[in-house]
Amino acid sequence: MELPKIQTNKAPYVFLAIGVLLLSIGSYVGLFVAPAERYMGNVQRIMYVHVPCAWNGLLAITFAFVCAIVFLFSGDFRWDTRLEASIEVGVLLAFLLCAQGSIWAKPTWGVWWDWDPRLTTTAVLLFAFLGILALRRFVDDPVKRAIWSSVATIIAYVDVPIIYFSVRWWNSLHQAQSTTNTVSSQFWPPLRLNAFGILFLMIGFIMVRSRIAAYRLRNEMASPIAVGEEAGELA
Amino acid sequence: MLAAALRKELLLQWRTRGQMMAVLVFGATALLLFSFAIGPDASALRTFSAGFLWLGLLLSSTLTLAESFHSEMENRALEGLLLLPSDPRALYYGKAIANWLQLTLLGIALVPVMVVLYDAGTTQLLKLLGIIILGAAGLSAPGTLYAGMTAQLKAKQMLLPLLLFPLIVPALLASVKATSLVILGDPMDQLNAWITLLAAFDLIYWSMCGLLYGRVIEE
Repeated sequence: MELPKIQTNKAPYVFLAIGVLLLSIGSYVGLFVAPAERYMGNVQRIMYVHVPCAWNGLLAITFAFVCAIVFLFSGDFRWDTRLEASIEVGVLLAFLLCAQGSIWAKPTWGVWWDWDPRLTTTAVLLFAFLGILALRRFVDDPVKRAIWSSVATIIAYVDVPIIYFSVRWWNSLHQAQSTTNTVSSQFWPPLRLNAFGILFLMIGFIMVRSRIAAYRLRNEMASPIAVGEEAGELA
Repeated sequence: MLAAALRKELLLQWRTRGQMMAVLVFGATALLLFSFAIGPDASALRTFSAGFLWLGLLLSSTLTLAESFHSEMENRALEGLLLLPSDPRALYYGKAIANWLQLTLLGIALVPVMVVLYDAGTTQLLKLLGIIILGAAGLSAPGTLYAGMTAQLKAKQMLLPLLLFPLIVPALLASVKATSLVILGDPMDQLNAWITLLAAFDLIYWSMCGLLYGRVIEE
């Protein structure tokens, strides 16, 4: 098995810096410049983080699915490190999405939780991918860990549309998806800025996290002598 | 090859039939306990009976699915099987069909318990049987794959439900809905939609898990 080469360039930090910058400007515009929504008032401003989290969370999980497929076909462990990174970031975004959704739902719908298709699908998705992260912790053999988590990622990802449609038939209070087509043009700039801000943060985090995964993998796989030699080189 | 694999699984199940009885008692106990969550309200119990039946079967399935790989792990029997010049898919489908059959029998055996405890009788027994067969298929296809993975780990009792439960949400939802339409009546004629959803779930997971299983058990 070939160990992944570990990149050491500064690219992820550039992504993180751009992400923080965009998110700061977007949040400033969203909180102080954009007008309050007519019916919901200031509560609606949570949309500027809620909707970008939803878009990017789905993107991270989709990227994990791509990594899983590429890994199963190529056996290249770089894709395993990316898989681990993107699932972790996707789980974080899905958790934030559920938390922000509850904060927004309480004052507007009067409840913390509703069995709406998107909400329920996000919650199921969160638990499904938490399960995969737990699986990764319990498999000691790196080859098996990589294959099994790829298989589990593919199985869980295919389930997402089925869960969505089954819950939609089962019960349907959520407002239509907020896109730039369905919300007033005055709300666009902060929504777009935050969406790209979180996108850049997400890319940066995935890059940093997959490097950490690559270092861990190298420590697990490399013979003790090789690690010792490298440590000697560094010293 | 598939016939041989299936025969082996069924023989193994027949020789450990005592376990099947134990799981049935476990499922019946679960149904008894669920009724304490609602209290002695006959109409509420009847309303929720389908959900309780499927939760009982789901909890029981984690026991039978994990057990189906127990004998393969003893004396490294799985490695011996992999040395045979056979397709791992035959091994998977043999096991999955055996688990499907076992869960179907378990579901059928739990129905009288549900009828007695929750007063949830129905005369449409064929429809109910069809739903149990399709629902059991939805549990056994991904369940067999994940049981094959987790059986090789130390934390198997914990990981199998953790991986399986979120995944089978659509199958569980469709089975519960369809069963409760059969028991409580179907004024809006929704039964077919739920059965179609269940059948689609089965089709997707029976084909996909069979394809992926070879990668899961390879050495």
